[in-house]
Amino acid sequence: MSNHMAAANANSIYNYHVVRQFSIMAIAWGIFGMGLGVLIASQLVWPDLNNILQPYTHFGRLRPLHTNSVIFAFGGCALFATSYYVVQRTCQVKLFGGWLIPFTFWGWQAVIVLAAITLPMGLTSSKEYAELEWPIDILLALVWISYAIVFFGTIMKRKTSHIYVANWFFGGFIATVAVLHIVNSAAIPVSLTKSYSAYAGAADAMVQWWYGHNAVGFFLTAGFLGMMYYFVPKQAGRPVYSYQLSIVHFWALISLYIWAGSHHLHYSALPDWAQSLGMVMSLILLAPSWGGMINGIMTLSGAWHKLRTDPTLRFLVVSLSFYGMSTFEGPMMAIKTVNALSHNTDWTIGHVHSGALGWVAMISIGSLYHLIPILFGKTGMWRTSLINVHFWLATSGTVLYIAAMWVNGITQGLMWRAFNADGSLTYSFIESVQASQGGYIVRVIGGGLFLLGMFVMAYNTYRTVRHGAPVQVAEQQPPSNTQAA
Amino acid sequence: MSTFWSWWIIGLTVTNLLLILWVLLANRKVAVRDDVDPENRTTGHVYDGIEEYDNPLPKWWFYMFMGSIVFTVLYLIIYPGLGNWKGYFPFYEEGHWTSVRQLEEQQKRALAQHETSYGIYSTMSVEELAEDSRAMKMASRVYANNCAVCHGADAGGALGFPNLTDNDWLYGGTPENIKYTLVNGRNAAMPAWSGVLGEKGINTVTQYVLSLSGAEHNVDLVEEGQKIYAANCAACHGGDAKGNYAMGAPNLTDDIWLYEGTPAGIRQSLRQGRNGVMPAQQNRLREDKIHLLTAYVYSLSLE
Ligand code: HEM
Ligand code: HEM
Repeated sequence: MSNHMAAANANSIYNYHVVRQFSIMAIAWGIFGMGLGVLIASQLVWPDLNNILQPYTHFGRLRPLHTNSVIFAFGGCALFATSYYVVQRTCQVKLFGGWLIPFTFWGWQAVIVLAAITLPMGLTSSKEYAELEWPIDILLALVWISYAIVFFGTIMKRKTSHIYVANWFFGGFIATVAVLHIVNSAAIPVSLTKSYSAYAGAADAMVQWWYGHNAVGFFLTAGFLGMMYYFVPKQAGRPVYSYQLSIVHFWALISLYIWAGSHHLHYSALPDWAQSLGMVMSLILLAPSWGGMINGIMTLSGAWHKLRTDPTLRFLVVSLSFYGMSTFEGPMMAIKTVNALSHNTDWTIGHVHSGALGWVAMISIGSLYHLIPILFGKTGMWRTSLINVHFWLATSGTVLYIAAMWVNGITQGLMWRAFNADGSLTYSFIESVQASQGGYIVRVIGGGLFLLGMFVMAYNTYRTVRHGAPVQVAEQQPPSNTQAA
Repeated sequence: MSTFWSWWIIGLTVTNLLLILWVLLANRKVAVRDDVDPENRTTGHVYDGIEEYDNPLPKWWFYMFMGSIVFTVLYLIIYPGLGNWKGYFPFYEEGHWTSVRQLEEQQKRALAQHETSYGIYSTMSVEELAEDSRAMKMASRVYANNCAVCHGADAGGALGFPNLTDNDWLYGGTPENIKYTLVNGRNAAMPAWSGVLGEKGINTVTQYVLSLSGAEHNVDLVEEGQKIYAANCAACHGGDAKGNYAMGAPNLTDDIWLYEGTPAGIRQSLRQGRNGVMPAQQNRLREDKIHLLTAYVYSLSLE
């Protein structure tokens, strides 16, 4: 029986309501967050755009709103949607948790709206990716713990004997993010809107980047690998390439990421031994990261021809290529001598977005294209051709963005370290800014293309939900021991 | 770090590496064998229609993984990382590497280079250097990196920071004067007068000061202002108001203003005083660089 037919009546077996909510919001927040990305990218080309409504629209205030809304609002909603869907389907039970389920949805939206209000007001703890002030942090912690209860509760009552690999990754991501968030956000409040970190000096920096790198490793990687392990084999209709590989790369990935944070603090006041450990653990990370890529891409063996006709599958496979690329680049940048060149330049920004656009956004988009027709009981997306248009917009946008940032980053790094024979600096800082102008313009174009693709997606989704052909065939009876919705 | 924490770090690191190695080696053999249907290597699990093959780890991947672990072990022998183990780094005589030591090494190399590039100029006189275009090119870079923040890239000065191109000097413009300024810095001490003269007195003497440089002023107050000037200001700025290098008291007759020369600006200088600071460079810059900069500043007021 086809997927889509199976899905039609699955509505009563599984809780799809919350999955629908999170899926739609993922698209909405995607447009919001990437729109902000294009705006701040434009501000770096036309500084006057800072003045739309000072001080709220200043780059420094909108930048953290961009990162929060793409990572936590867009990425977060995509992760909630897919993990709730996957855990139900692969455990063959309805979500556990009662009212905690809608609480995770509304609580998460509340966190995002509060972020969108407080960050432009300049209320920030100033820790990157953890900017939100303490009352919002507490709400976030409550939502996250509820998420863990719902997810692990569902796993506990599963009807399958084993736990599917996608759920290992989702589970690892949920458990670790809870610990990271609570430890890093520990602070002493002085008022409702101001607090001071519980840590100080180099220890504070280390805790922050232990968090920061695992925001990358668990939020932006492990969670999305969970997505990959369900939607790639599902969309390709092929078995997962290697069970063994999934075991090895899972354990290696989650244990190594925890060590790697200190590569953000090379040549800083952090003790040398901690910097060394961060560097070598990051290098070993290359192999487990590629393990995930291999397992995803090789799953297609025997189904390569489908790439020609199925743009959704193409999204998934290209995202894995970008994943492989950024996880090769990351360990290289973690080498101290390379980092001495790349640190603080646009190279880092390029690396971030080859992961964020190429991997995180593309795998989410591919998964959502698989999900949306199922969730709304349709035979497929309204127009496959529009998925194809979106695919090319997203791919070319990502390539333009990261290529521009590589050129800029290496140019900046080389200019900053250039000395005259007499020991004076060859270039002043502003000269390196001027040299970056071209790349900034290309980035606006690339980001604009990517954003345009998101609008195409929103339109296609709207038409699918409103006008898509409904699934007609009745499904098999739900298993008797599952309560109906 | 204490012995406990050292062993804690060593223990965690080694345990984690060993566990990874174990997971890697333990999963090398294919577990599932279907002799009836050898092509079928699925594990037998099915999740929502998804099956899993039991393919072995790709060989190249396995060796890449092992290679990175071997590299790590070697790195942690050579460099610090394992708790209190300082590493064994044969290229430094003390036998181990630290980032501070690496910095010192690079500084030493840079210094040796400066010894030749700047050293050759330290025997030349300031007047000679000021005419040497190569020396002045180098000096302009040293200036751009160290002085331009306050005095401006064109050395034209800014409010409170003197113009260095106009041959008007607060502390004198001979090579010796200039070098003294660079080496030791200068601390200006124009006292605040509002307590002594009051707002009325300040306004009166302001009119006199304006008259000195031929600016528009209230003629009626000049005579009274001159009296106040003679009693309070002449000690530093001189009876003729031409200033005094020894105290850094500016010439008030040349219509060159460090702070604003408007009535309001002058009143403000009088009311609150002025305490400009030129920072001493002797602990920031090498002696030969200061020598070169002296010549550069000197050259700016030539012609
Ligand atoms: C239309 C697409 C996007 C555009 C045009 C865009 C643009 C930008 C710009 C201009 C910056 C600031 C760079 C700087 O400070 O020099 C930035 C930072 C960042 N963006 Fe995006 N972005 C986009 C999408 C995304 C997505 C989808 C994600 C994550 C899922 C993301 C994650 C980040 C992160 C984490 C940073 C901070 C990087 C750092 O601090 O090193 N962006 N983005
Ligand atoms: C094996 C995997 C990876 C390693 C070892 C790695 C390593 C690094 C290194 C060395 C930096 C630069 C730190 C600096 O100089 O400040 C960095 C920055 C960053 N990486 Fe990765 N990376 C990896 C994968 C990824 C992926 C897949 C993503 C995104 C999905 C990502 C997102 C980021 C972000 C957001 C930053 C910027 C942090 C900041 O400064 O704000 N990384 N990474």
